[in-house]
Parts: sequence; C-alpha cells; structure tokens
Amino acid sequence: MEKLEMQAIIEAIIYVAEDIVKLEQLREVFPEASKEEIEQALKELVEAFNARPGGMLIREVADGYRMTTRPEHHEQIRSYLKTRPNAKLSMAALETLAVIAYKQPVTLAEILAIRGKKSSTAIQTLLEKKMVAIVGRKPVVGRPILYGTSKEFLIHFGLNNLNELPTLEEFAQMAGEQL
Amino acid sequence: MDGEDLLNTESQETAEGEGITIRLEAFQGPLDLLLHLIKKEEIDIWDIPIAHITEQYLEYIKVMKDLNINLAGEWLMMAATLIYIKSRMLVPQEQKSDDQTEENEDPRQELVYQLLEHQKFKNAAEMLYTREEIENAVWNKPPAEVLEDGSEVVAVTLFGLLQAFHEVVLRFESQRTMELDQEVVTVEQKISDIRKRFLVHDTLLFSSFFAEALSKKHLIVLFLALLELVRLREIWLYQKKAFEEIQISKVKEKA
Repeated sequence: MEKLEMQAIIEAIIYVAEDIVKLEQLREVFPEASKEEIEQALKELVEAFNARPGGMLIREVADGYRMTTRPEHHEQIRSYLKTRPNAKLSMAALETLAVIAYKQPVTLAEILAIRGKKSSTAIQTLLEKKMVAIVGRKPVVGRPILYGTSKEFLIHFGLNNLNELPTLEEFAQMAGEQL
Repeated sequence: MDGEDLLNTESQETAEGEGITIRLEAFQGPLDLLLHLIKKEEIDIWDIPIAHITEQYLEYIKVMKDLNINLAGEWLMMAATLIYIKSRMLVPQEQKSDDQTEENEDPRQELVYQLLEHQKFKNAAEMLYTREEIENAVWNKPPAEVLEDGSEVVAVTLFGLLQAFHEVVLRFESQRTMELDQEVVTVEQKISDIRKRFLVHDTLLFSSFFAEALSKKHLIVLFLALLELVRLREIWLYQKKAFEEIQISKVKEKA
C-alpha cells in the first residue's frame, strides 16, 4: 500500500475513533505493513497535519493519538456549542492528585504527611472521576491501600505519559524562589 | 497576577484587614495558612520568627473557632508543634551535649522542610490546573447522533428495553384492582393505535406509553406492536443517558 493512502486511512481512523488510537490497533488494520512502516507513516502524518493552519490537531495523548480542535479557538467553539466550561477539580483535589502523580504508588498516610491534612474526601472525588485508581496494598502492617494515577488522568491533563510531567526538582526550585 | 492569587482569591481578599471572615477551603490546611502568613509578611523561610508566627497562627485559630468552624485535629496538632518549637528556641543551644548532633539542629528545620515540600506540591498542582485549563479548551469527539435540542442520545439496548417493560408490568400488577375479561386485541390493531398517537405526539415516555392498557395481555400486545414499528423504522427508542428513561419518538421523514 502506498504511504499516502495509508496516511489517509490513519487520519480517518483517528477521526472516527471514540478513544485514543494506538499503534498496535493500526497494526491490525495494516497486517501487511511492518511496524516501522506504520510508525513512519504515522509520524509524518502527524507532522504534516499539525503544520497546516487548520482547525484540528492530531495530539499524542496517553501513548496514542487523537484528533482535537485547537485550544486557541475555544471561545468561538464554545459560543457555537453554547456550552460552559466543564467543572474543574478543586485545589484540594489537584494537590492530592499532584502528590499521587509524583509519589505513586502512595498511601493515604504518605499523602497526609505531605499535605499536612487528611485527604480522604479529595481521594474519593478523584476515584469517582477515575483520575486515580487503587493499584495495590503496601506490604506493611495494616496493608494500607496504594493509589496511582490512571489513563484517564493522562487524558484529562493532555499527557502522553508520566515522563512528560515536569520534574519535582523544578517545583522545588520554584518553591525556593517563592519563599 | 501569580498563580497563588488566581487560585486562592478568597484567602487573599479575606485575610487582609477589615473584619476577618475566613473561608476554610481557601486555607485548605495548617500548612497552607503558614505559607500564607510567611508570604504575606515576606518572611525568610530559613529564619522564621517562630514566636510571631505562632501568635498569628493562634489568632487565626481563635477566629475560626469564633466562627464555629469545626477545626480538624491537624490544626491543633500544628499549634502544638509551633508552641513546642517556640519553647525549644528559648533553650540555649550551648547546654546541649556535643555528641548529640541532632540536638544541635535548628528546631525549626523539620517544619521548614515540610513547608517547602508542601509548596513544591502546590506548584505541581498549579501546573495541573494550567494543563486542565488547556484541555478544557479543546474538543475531541466527532458528533454523536444528535437530537434537535443538541443533546446526545444513546441507543437503547435490548436488555434495557426488557427491563423497562418488566417495570411497566410490575407497576401495572401492583396497581390493578381487577382484570376485566377483555375483548380480543391484535398487534395490527395496536399498531394502528400507536400510529394515531404519533400523529399528535412527536415523543412519548416509555412509562406513560403503556398508561392506557387495561390488562397484562394488552400490555404485551402493545409492546409487540411497538417492537414491530421499530422494526419498520417508523419509530425509534433512545435514552438521553444510559439507564435513564426510555423515550419513544416518531422517525422524521427525510425532507
């Protein structure tokens, strides 16, 4: 199959997909092509697609690809859709989530030590919103629950993977300057 | 405007001067209050005037108590910690034996590390906040099947449909007083009845659709008629959301 045709098909698949499109899924669509061929076609497609001054972007999120509108057009799109911005997470929830994201897998007691405050309500919210998940139990007395972030977390914050988060040292440096 | 102002507007507005009213969610915990006091008074974190900060902290606690805010245990624990540090600061360092190096540590040190650690994660939380802002400004799904009022709908599953019909039957059985021996009804008759109803209605709720049935037999025949009309694509069944009430709508003819 010609690369251009493959790219057109991949573009169409990313458009219709309800979820994030992963490379492995594309390999099932093109059984004759090698992994490298698909990867290369995909990479070039994303570059070319995002270079054009169109209204859509193909973004890498949670180890896959999806098509979105450009953030800079949100006002006009919202005015057309007549929607209001989604409810955001509270500061307490975001702080708890930050601790979980950087310290995972982490127990409630460890979160308490950092935040200096009980975080059970925030955890409940995060579990309900599927931002965090129970990933196991710590092999210590009481076997406390361990929490970690989910794929939904990556999607919600537009991250490809956890390595895309800035390092904690950067925030420590900022804290040093702020205080 | 830095992030702190953006995110904690309440604390910024209310903590200053004129009659302190505190919204507890602004000061999420004792560490947040301490950070706020340190920033407000431009205190050097490596040399916190602990007596002054303790006094301020206790004043806030008193105000919160006066406002009948139910203070969690961690607020009082922090008060105790501050008072303990203050008392240790008063003890001359020379009196400690030299071999116990940890005793020579600044008693404020642990608290300082805790504050820095907390500020670090507050910064991380702000980064998440910004990312969330951006993600809230993009749309990613192609339009689902859309109703005229713009709300998305989901198709009714067979199981959902049977469940809804089962509920209709149960409700009928709990309400009926007696069942009259009905004249024979046919699916054909009911189909023409339904068609007549949809001449005046565009949409009916599944629950009210069966309201006029007089017997269980009627209910079943009516249900079969409904299924037949769905098969003929004259009407369609949908929900605004999964597990919400099923709606029955006339299929609009293509213009």
